[in-house]
Amino acid sequence: MRKMIPDPVICFKDVTKIFRRADGRGDFVAVDKLSFEIAKGEIVAVLGKTGCGKSTMFNIVAGLIEPSSGEARVIGHEPFREFEFFRGKIGIVFQNDRLMPWRSALDNVRLGLQILDRDPKQAEDTARGWLARLGLSGHEHDYPHALSGGMRQRVSIARAFAVDPEILLCDEPFSSLDEMTARDLRAEFVRLVRQSNKTAVFITHQISEAMEIGDRVLVFHRPARIAYDTWLHAVTSDTERRKAHEDIMRVLAAEPASGVAAK
Amino acid sequence: MTNSRTMRVLQAAAGVLVLAAGWQILSMVFPHYLFPPVPEIVLRTIEILITGSLLADVLLTAMRIFGGLLGAFILGGLLAIAIGQSKTAENFIAPVLTFFQGIPALSWVVFAIIWFHGIEFRVLFIMVMTTLPAFTFQILDAFRSMSKDLFEMTMAFRPSRWTLFRFLIVPTIVPGILTAWKVNLGNAARVVVVAELVGATGGVGYQLLRQQQLFDMAGAMAWTLQLVLFVLIVQQTIAAIENRVLRYRPVSERAM
Repeated sequence: MRKMIPDPVICFKDVTKIFRRADGRGDFVAVDKLSFEIAKGEIVAVLGKTGCGKSTMFNIVAGLIEPSSGEARVIGHEPFREFEFFRGKIGIVFQNDRLMPWRSALDNVRLGLQILDRDPKQAEDTARGWLARLGLSGHEHDYPHALSGGMRQRVSIARAFAVDPEILLCDEPFSSLDEMTARDLRAEFVRLVRQSNKTAVFITHQISEAMEIGDRVLVFHRPARIAYDTWLHAVTSDTERRKAHEDIMRVLAAEPASGVAAK
Repeated sequence: MTNSRTMRVLQAAAGVLVLAAGWQILSMVFPHYLFPPVPEIVLRTIEILITGSLLADVLLTAMRIFGGLLGAFILGGLLAIAIGQSKTAENFIAPVLTFFQGIPALSWVVFAIIWFHGIEFRVLFIMVMTTLPAFTFQILDAFRSMSKDLFEMTMAFRPSRWTLFRFLIVPTIVPGILTAWKVNLGNAARVVVVAELVGATGGVGYQLLRQQQLFDMAGAMAWTLQLVLFVLIVQQTIAAIENRVLRYRPVSERAM
């Protein structure tokens, strides 16, 4: 039975998203009656095969696309229709760094603060502080092309955290990095999120990453139906972690299923 | 990098010197009214630059070029915004601009002479109509090349329309705009001379007509060089602006 969450920060009820194909091949159902709730302060890792609807769900939460039907609420508001309400409340780390090439590292981190009309001096101090916390002191005035992939992704993480959002959305932010860099950044990211008690939704296609980062793991099957939903706080021993890992792998490998399996 | 730039300048100068040397040889073979000596052309060029009344004609042409380009840039920008925001506007405007693009500059000159009395307005009209389609499409293309990824990233912060324009749209379209100015500058310089040749009482084109009537080849070359020098100076200025504004762009060491 799914755990009921009082006052969820993110709440999806039978959310469906259909994309119309331009070539006349018929509609594409990316998300089909997706329902879940996320509590304040939870770090939820979302797993699924490519094309299962994770990114569509992500974009709906971010307010970048509107559901075709159903109800999606974030902090009690509809993220697409009440777009302006979420100014400063959502921070996003994308799969690619999406740094503005014409802005230095410092200016890229400052971007959100400038858009939110924060005090310029404070914005600069905040941006410098975040760059320092992420090990980028001395690189403030470097342009993105002069930074390595890992450094650019650190800048994008700093940019998301700098505005002090209530909710962090991360779409496979470490997938384009080598394992060593990804491991270091993952650890840093988890530390920062837990320190600030933010709610985070983290999309990944790696089970080990999901279990390392998430308090809770959701596994999607196409089209974004929840096939597995488990909280990891009870998973403490190595044996239990291995079992959870195997369960998730089995669910991922299974045929698309209806219903939810939750612990 | 400095050595490579110096080398490029030296090579360009060498090319020009070869051209001048070839011309000088021709001036030794043919009559001077067909191929005046290079020193005479240079002296006449300098004379124009240091004589107030003659320099005024050069500056008049320069102002007409800038006026026309600025008018086309502003109007083209507004049309590009309209097209970018409305499919209906695109369906109406784009075919008209494409039609205008097919009209030769000389036809616009004839239309202007027939329709308008004022010389300056004629020239402005010709300049705007010949460069407007190119500016519109180039600005529109620059806008449409805006990265969807960067747009979504910026929108995640919920910027106002003005903030979005300042922080994302302007930096995205600036490279395209600078290219549009460089391309249209050469075109505008050629068109303004034709416009002045036929329908003006001052400017480089008018002076070229006078040299033709006097059968003065040295004068014709000297006035032509004014325009060439002006275009070169403005293009180098745009290039310098580009280097400054686009300094964030990476350059491969292989390219140097």
